[in-house]
Amino acid sequence: MATLRDIKRRIKAVESTSKITKAMKMVSAAKFRKAQQRMLEMRPYAERMNGILSSLASGAEGETHPLLMVRPRRNIEVLVMTSDRGLCGAFNTNIMKTATRHIDELRREGYEVTIDVVGRKARDYYKRRGIEMRKAWTGIAGKISYANAQEMAAEIIENYTNETTDEVVLIFNEFKSAIAQQVVISRLLPLAPIQAVEETLPIYNFIYEPSKQEIFSRLVPKNVEIQIFRALLESQASEEAARMAAMENATRAANDMIGSLTLQFNKARQASITKELMDIVGGVEAMKG
Amino acid sequence: MAEGKVLLEIVTPQGLVFSEEVDEVTATGSEGEFGVLPGHVPFVTTLKIGVLACKKGSESKYFFVNWGYAEVGAEKVMILADSAERSEDIDLDRAMAAKKRAEERLKHAENVDFARAEAAIERAVMRSQVVESRRGK
Repeated sequence: MATLRDIKRRIKAVESTSKITKAMKMVSAAKFRKAQQRMLEMRPYAERMNGILSSLASGAEGETHPLLMVRPRRNIEVLVMTSDRGLCGAFNTNIMKTATRHIDELRREGYEVTIDVVGRKARDYYKRRGIEMRKAWTGIAGKISYANAQEMAAEIIENYTNETTDEVVLIFNEFKSAIAQQVVISRLLPLAPIQAVEETLPIYNFIYEPSKQEIFSRLVPKNVEIQIFRALLESQASEEAARMAAMENATRAANDMIGSLTLQFNKARQASITKELMDIVGGVEAMKG
Repeated sequence: MAEGKVLLEIVTPQGLVFSEEVDEVTATGSEGEFGVLPGHVPFVTTLKIGVLACKKGSESKYFFVNWGYAEVGAEKVMILADSAERSEDIDLDRAMAAKKRAEERLKHAENVDFARAEAAIERAVMRSQVVESRRGK
């Protein structure tokens, strides 16, 4: 039977844990709002870029760009996005599970697989298992900038155009809502064919400088950057949402524990009072005798 | 839409930077600098790292644009840029520090990414030009 003092100490410990988890939840909530805000902010850019690409793609240019051409797959590059820090529930576990399954499957089918990772969690995971990674980007979570996405896109595009890789796949947590994230596997390269739309205003005869084709080929790599940037932001928002939920659960569990410990404490205190009373009564009886 | 105005929109992945009706827009295209007045012929080009200026009445505004795509219509100019900064938001000291770093890299190390270092220098120079053109007014 734990002594009164032991129980009291445990209550204190659990209380301070719940304070920490509560604070972490608030922090994640703030970061989550920020990440969500940034997702909203990049949307107009992405939408306009898509619109422009669609209108430029009319004509033969749409199929000839190297980033759009499908070629036989031999070497597949997989980019796995996780967080840098833990305490976010099953966020990273889910990603790693899906990634491992996907990579195993590809290898079984006879493809060469190159692994790229974002985030310390994925890097450590593969390092522990002695699996080789081509590139690991870490320390960018929390302050993702478009320049990060550009840097990553530049490397990926280079490997793709010099045919080191024939396909690039992203695995990341897609943000569905504050309580739901979903691991998705999406193909980055070759890019999905761009749907050409006829220009809505045929009266306008645009002057293209230098040329329609040239502008189109300059814009296509932007599409890769945008997709990576979007994935990074989605992953970031999902991470904070997952952490919020995990911390909420932890706080609740701590409070439950405090409740049951307090009950135990009161019971123990009552028992000791009763015991003392019995002793006194016993003593008095003995003196009477 | 007010008569004799063009709507200038600058959109970046970080959000909408600027959206206002102005009298005149000047930008650095990949094939050279161009100016846009209301009623310009439809025109599409890409932008280099450079200065984007717009005039509204007697007031001029300057932006630093880091790569971009420009779509010009009779009454609208849409710019999609990697990043864009208002001249008053530019941190000149930081730009100069970045320039110095890039120059050091070019001077000392052998295996530097020349294109990257040069782009960094160009960005710094253009940033300072943007700031100067504002001061010149």
